[in-house]
Amino acid sequence: MYLAHLMNIAIVKYNAGNVRSVTYALQRLGIEPCISDDAEVLHAADKVIFPGVGEASTAMAYLKQRGLDKLIPALQQPVLGVCLGLQLMCRHSEENNTPCLGIFDVDVKRFPPKDKVPHMGWNRVEKMQGPLFEGLSQEAYLYYVHSYYAEESRYTIASTEYILPYSASLHKDNFYALQAHPEKSGKDGEKILENFLKL
Amino acid sequence: MLTKRIIPCLDIKDGKTVKGVNFVELRDAGDPVELAKLYAEQGADELVFLDITATVEKRKTLVELVSRVAAELNIPFTVGGGISSKEDVSALLAAGADKISINSSAVKNPDLINELALEFGSQCVVVAIDTRNIDGKDIVHTHGGRTPTNLETRAWAREVVARGAGEILLTSMDHDGTKAGFANKLTAELSAELAVPIIASGGAGTMPHFKDVFTTGKADAALAASIFHFKEIGIPDLKGYLKEEGIAMRLNNVK
Repeated sequence: MYLAHLMNIAIVKYNAGNVRSVTYALQRLGIEPCISDDAEVLHAADKVIFPGVGEASTAMAYLKQRGLDKLIPALQQPVLGVCLGLQLMCRHSEENNTPCLGIFDVDVKRFPPKDKVPHMGWNRVEKMQGPLFEGLSQEAYLYYVHSYYAEESRYTIASTEYILPYSASLHKDNFYALQAHPEKSGKDGEKILENFLKL
Repeated sequence: MLTKRIIPCLDIKDGKTVKGVNFVELRDAGDPVELAKLYAEQGADELVFLDITATVEKRKTLVELVSRVAAELNIPFTVGGGISSKEDVSALLAAGADKISINSSAVKNPDLINELALEFGSQCVVVAIDTRNIDGKDIVHTHGGRTPTNLETRAWAREVVARGAGEILLTSMDHDGTKAGFANKLTAELSAELAVPIIASGGAGTMPHFKDVFTTGKADAALAASIFHFKEIGIPDLKGYLKEEGIAMRLNNVK
C-alpha cells in the first residue's frame, strides 16, 4: 500500500487555467498538493505536476520571467505535464511560433482544419505503454480540449486519433506528459494520476 | 474516435435543481452536487449548470456552488446564467468551472464574446442561443426564451463563432418541453457550417431522439434535463442503445 497522504506533491504555479481543477483531483485522491513557483519547494517535492490551459507564448513568457524555463527541465523527480504542459515540454509550438522547453525533441503543430478544431470531448487512448497506464482498460477514454498536438515520436507512450494520430502521452527519463485532462477524465483519469503518484 | 457527448443539464434556482416545462413551471429535482455526482457515475460526459432565473432576476450564479461541484466532480462542467462580465467569468473559472455559457449578455454586448475569448481562451466560452421559429424565420430569443430579438439564428451563430465562441449550445424553444425530438434540421445546418461543436438542446423524449440528433442533426453533443431528472431515461441505457446504433460513445470509465 502506498501512503498517498504522506507524499509531497507540488503543482507548478503559473498563469495556467486548471491549477484549481488539478488540485481538486489530487484532493479526491487524498493528497494536499502545494502550489508553488519557488525553486526550493519544487526541487524538494517528491513529484511535480506541470498543468496547463491557455496559450503557449503567454505561458512561456510567464515561465521565463520566473526562471521556471530553466528550473523545470532540470528537475530530477517524476514530472507530469498536462495538456498545455505537455506542449510546453516539447521543442517548439506552432501556436504563435513559440520556442518551448525542449524536454521532448518534438514539434507541436496545429490540427489541419479537416474537422472541428479544437478537438473537444472524450476520445480513445490507444497503444498505451508503461506504468502510467497500468490498470486501464484497452478501451480507455480521456477528456481532451486542444487545438495543437505533439507529433508521434520515439517518446510517444500512447496515441489518440483525431484528424490524424498524435501523441496522447510522452515519456523521457523522469518526464511524463499527457495531452488529455486526467483531472476531468472520470475514473480513467484518476487512475492515471494515481499511477503517476506511485512512480 | 471522438465520441458524441451526453450532457445532463441542471437548472439551478437558489442553489437547488429545478426543471421547467418551457422554462415556466418549475419543479424541484434535488441537490445539485449530489445529482451531478450521480450523473458522472452513470456515465454523463459533461454537465451544464444553468441558473435559469439569473438573467430575469439579475442574480449572479453562486460561485460557492461551483466550488462545491468542482471539488466533487471528475468530469467537465459548464456554468451559465446571468454572466455578463469578465469579472463574473474570472470568478467562476477560478472556482473550478471548465467553461462558462453566456446568452442574453452576448446579445446585448457582442464584444463580450471577443473579450472573454481573448482573456480566457475560446475553449471555455460557450454561447447559448435560444431560438424560436416565428413566421418561418428562426429568431434568437433572450431572457429564458421570452424576449424575441431582431437577430436571425443562423447569422447570429456565425457571428458568435467569428467573435471567438468555442462552442454553441442551441436550444430550440419550439421543441423544449415537448419531448417530441430535437430541432434536427437547424442543428445540422449549423453543425455543417460552423467549425465549433454544437450542443443540441430542447425536445429530448425518447432514446431514438438522441440517435436522430447525432445522425440527422449532426450534433456533437446532446443536452437534456427532465428526462434524466425524472428517470424517464437512464444514462447507461441511453449510451448503450446509442452505441448499439453505431454512434461513438464512451461506455466504460464510469465506475
